[in-house]
Amino acid sequence: MAESLIELRHVGKRFAGIKALDDVSLSVRRGEIHCLAGENGSGKSTIIKVMSGVYQPDEGEVLIDGEPVRRLTPADSIARGIQVIYQDLSLFGNLSVAENLAMNGLLKERRRGVRWGEVRRIARTALDRLGIDLPLDADVDTLPTSAKQIVAIARALQAEARLIVMDEPTTALTRNEVDRLLDITRTIQRDGIAVLFVSHKMREMLEISERLTVMRNGRVVVEGPIVDFTEASITRHMTGHDLSHEVYVRPPQDEGVPPRLAVENLTVPGAVEGVNLVLRPGDVVGLSGLIGSGRTELALALFGMRPDHGGTVHIDGKAVRLDGVQSAIRHGVAYVPEDRLSEGLFLTQSVARNMLASSLDRVTRGLTVDRAQATRTSDDMIAAMQISTRSGATLVGHLSGGNQQRVVIARWLMTQARILILNGPTVGVDVGSKAEIHRIIRDLAVRKGLAVLMISDDVPELLQHCNSIILMHRGRFVDRFDGGTASEDTISAVLKTLR
Amino acid sequence: MTAQIPTNRAPTTKPGHSLLRFVNQDDNIVQLVIITALVFVVMSALSPEKFLRYYNFESISYTLPELGLLSIAIMVAMLTGGIDLSVVGIANLSAVLAGTLFHSLAPGASSSLGLGSVALGIVLALGVGLGAGALNGLLIAKLRITPILATLGTSQIFTGIALVLTGGPALVGFPAAWNFIGNGKVLGVAFPFVLFVVLALAIGFLLSRTAFGTRLLLIGTNAKAAVFAGLDTERIVFQSYVLTGLLASIAGLILSGRTNAAKSDYGTSYLLQAVLVAVLGGTNPAGGKGSVLGVSIAVLALMLLSSGFQMLRFSNFLIDFIWGAFLLLVIAINVARNRRRL
Amino acid sequence: MSILRRPEAVVALVLLAAMVIIGAINPAFWGLDNLFGLLKSNVITGIMALGVLLVMISGGIDVSFPAFAVAAMYLVVRWMADTGYSGVVLPFFVATLIGLVLGAFNAFFIRTFRMIPLIVTLGTASVVRGLLLGLVGTSVVNINRFPPQLIAFGSQDVVDVVHADGTRFGLSAMILVYGAIALLIHLVLRHTMMGRSLYAYGGAPEAASRVGFDTRATVFFAYCTAGALAGFAGLLHSSMIWLANPRDFVGFELDVIAAVVLGGASIFGGRGSVVGTLLGVFLLVMIKNSLILMHVATTWQQVVVGVIIVSSTALTAWRDRKRLA
Repeated sequence: MAESLIELRHVGKRFAGIKALDDVSLSVRRGEIHCLAGENGSGKSTIIKVMSGVYQPDEGEVLIDGEPVRRLTPADSIARGIQVIYQDLSLFGNLSVAENLAMNGLLKERRRGVRWGEVRRIARTALDRLGIDLPLDADVDTLPTSAKQIVAIARALQAEARLIVMDEPTTALTRNEVDRLLDITRTIQRDGIAVLFVSHKMREMLEISERLTVMRNGRVVVEGPIVDFTEASITRHMTGHDLSHEVYVRPPQDEGVPPRLAVENLTVPGAVEGVNLVLRPGDVVGLSGLIGSGRTELALALFGMRPDHGGTVHIDGKAVRLDGVQSAIRHGVAYVPEDRLSEGLFLTQSVARNMLASSLDRVTRGLTVDRAQATRTSDDMIAAMQISTRSGATLVGHLSGGNQQRVVIARWLMTQARILILNGPTVGVDVGSKAEIHRIIRDLAVRKGLAVLMISDDVPELLQHCNSIILMHRGRFVDRFDGGTASEDTISAVLKTLR
Repeated sequence: MTAQIPTNRAPTTKPGHSLLRFVNQDDNIVQLVIITALVFVVMSALSPEKFLRYYNFESISYTLPELGLLSIAIMVAMLTGGIDLSVVGIANLSAVLAGTLFHSLAPGASSSLGLGSVALGIVLALGVGLGAGALNGLLIAKLRITPILATLGTSQIFTGIALVLTGGPALVGFPAAWNFIGNGKVLGVAFPFVLFVVLALAIGFLLSRTAFGTRLLLIGTNAKAAVFAGLDTERIVFQSYVLTGLLASIAGLILSGRTNAAKSDYGTSYLLQAVLVAVLGGTNPAGGKGSVLGVSIAVLALMLLSSGFQMLRFSNFLIDFIWGAFLLLVIAINVARNRRRL
Repeated sequence: MSILRRPEAVVALVLLAAMVIIGAINPAFWGLDNLFGLLKSNVITGIMALGVLLVMISGGIDVSFPAFAVAAMYLVVRWMADTGYSGVVLPFFVATLIGLVLGAFNAFFIRTFRMIPLIVTLGTASVVRGLLLGLVGTSVVNINRFPPQLIAFGSQDVVDVVHADGTRFGLSAMILVYGAIALLIHLVLRHTMMGRSLYAYGGAPEAASRVGFDTRATVFFAYCTAGALAGFAGLLHSSMIWLANPRDFVGFELDVIAAVVLGGASIFGGRGSVVGTLLGVFLLVMIKNSLILMHVATTWQQVVVGVIIVSSTALTAWRDRKRLA
């Protein structure tokens, strides 16, 4: 295995007695695209941190270029050509593209001074290497996520990387942007640079990688060339069991009942240009489109966060004016935001408080909160949503991603929501919890008659769990498919034409 | 981030797990009680004949309420991750305006004014507190100015207006009924202390038992998530600054009643002390955590410390030094404690 | 178009407008003696503001520097008065050093205990002032005992003008000292890695340590420089007014922070420039000093400063929100 660039042999790592890594062996060869797959908490991030020298393994050894490294520090790791692109990209939004690109090199040379001509030259070279043009003097903050990612990759290359580790690089990207990222990854590979793609998204893994390592519970469960795997087998290895592929079917409708939600000619200045939408009880409607297509603004308008919207909205046959979040909630609209950690949860507060956040008035008697009733309500909900937590008093930050997402959904069930808008409901949720969340959503639609609007980039997810799928582009609905009958290829093809 | 894996799927509810319990009886309160006891023991040992005299505790019961109320006021602002640097300015402006009113009602004989005028003065002083708090709330909640800068600016405005009104020197000669608020006695207990206890209980109740208190904590934990959860963050944050302003004006009322005087720059060292007490009392300056009980114990500890040093004939300047050093020490201790826990 | 978007340009425009208005109310504003006086009043606020600028770019805030300035000034002047030391360079060096060491305490607490800078610096300010007044003394060193060399240094002029009636006035040479320091800080911020590390750390602290900045050095640099500049400015201040009062500079932090914020620095870190700060300082000092020219009583100064802070931050907040929307 002399061609291994970096190799972990029988590595073990414990945190407070809990085994995060257990006898893990993994090698990344020079110039290969390797994929590291696993659910959240399977040990992927720990492996990245061992490779980058942030963590020292308790057992086993790390070899770089075939020779054992005694104590790998972050500086050593960078010096040996290993660059990690973390999910947050670690860019400086307040500085220019050029400076972000040149900074690593200048730091490596232990420079004290900065010459701006040189900075621009370095930056230009870095972008040329990827064959991409970006405004050098723009602040990184002003760029879209996909462009930021390119800056991060170019910066890593600039540091004479031989291996680039990308931690969940596609989370915030739309489909087209993912394609572009995969292209760039191939460009990098042509220069003989290895890429370790850390992901839990099937399509990317199958499309890009040459070899695959799957982890579960801190162990490597399987490893081999990508041709040996299928989507189903990867899922099985990641979760330890098979998942159902049953397509969602809407329950029969009572035509006499007015629709849950009827939207006519809804406009949001600069984002949505006159859309019509009808959601009936039991409907799960998927909404996809590129970032900037207006889909999030549409959702926010329905949730009362864009009081500047125009058009008419009827809920259960009644005309309503959604001019604030409180009024939207009063009318039974609920919204599960895109970014669970920063927009959905109060991490250092208890599970119960997180669930009750929107319905405190319901448990208030006179002046005070009725503690007994609050406890009862939240415990009932914990049981109903099958949230694994020791009690309602546990801090929500201690829960897994899937359980946290259930807490956010539970919050809305407490407000007796009738219309549930989910923005990226399973982003950053591991495969096992993902299935569970889908099951809950379907259940709510069928049994409680909720109308669900599910915004997602994950076309297979929409196909399986929606009875209807809408594509949005430049503020308008451009296409519509029936769930179950449409195929992933047709939708992907349409999405590709929407540039 | 290591995920803690919960073990049991079916949740069990223990009756003691009152989930909306505001004061989580963590070791922070215990630590505070220990510090207070320690201060008490050390000071008693250093000068037993002076420190343990009844007079000493009585005098503490008159001086504690001002600082205690200012500290609770700052704690309320800190709950949402803000701060109110204008509390002392509000306190002084309230007292100065009331004093100005008394002087204009009875030029030269303001100290003989009756109850009616005093009631008017109290309404005016509290009105200043509400108005000043509303201005802070408006700037912070509606215009979204960083609390540090907004209240730094308004503290200048409040102090400045008080200065313009007085022209510099202190206003003296408040009506007797007004002074009762600062140095009267009810059933042998200092009236300001009674007032403090009542207000502390009321604020404690408000924060721990009402939806408003829980909402404040949620906003302090994650303001963005609070918006998405449908909390009216603008209104709640605004109200919290109005409450802060009101508490500050009551502190000003007590201060001027106790000293029979009002001045634009009285008690400037109170600001640091109030911040110190709030932090010592377990308030997280980043928001989401704080309790009236903690702040109350902390203010007691610091009053004991301060009076002890005065017994030992330390100059007031050195007491300033000790307050500052104590603040830094508390920070260090808290960090050490949290590190050990991790 | 793009130049107008820079915060410096906005401050410059506001400054120009304010000058025109004040000049219209009282043409004496445009008198050379008034303008020279204004420039001179910029020096102390300005030097301290440059220090605070560094701290704010790094994402912190400092309210302790006036205490440090007073400590450095009073200790050095007392030492000179007591020993009769006659020199200028060493005293300024010592004052700067005192400020620097005190600044290091701030950095130590903020960095080691990860505590909010406002609270730490409130604490250190109280400690330093308390020690100075409690242990060193409370008496003012007035002109009778004030070191003459310092007076001589502080009263040098670069330009001398003679009025028609024979009275003379000049432009203080201290403006050159201020200019030199401003240039130096500008070069450091713009053209050294240390300067860039301040922006990087202020913008994204986590990322700054990941890419390999020595962020500990960055924090120490910011607070030590702020302390050192305050110490230096403190002594310079006393040599310009010929006395050393250990209770000086109370509340001065507000003016300085207001000036830096006016100059476009962000309290959240990562943004701010020397040019903006110079303009912000000038604007603030000019409005404060021109109250008399505009026939407003000086007791209004504090109110005016408060209104300036509130309105300028409100404007910035409003602009940022519009940009986001």
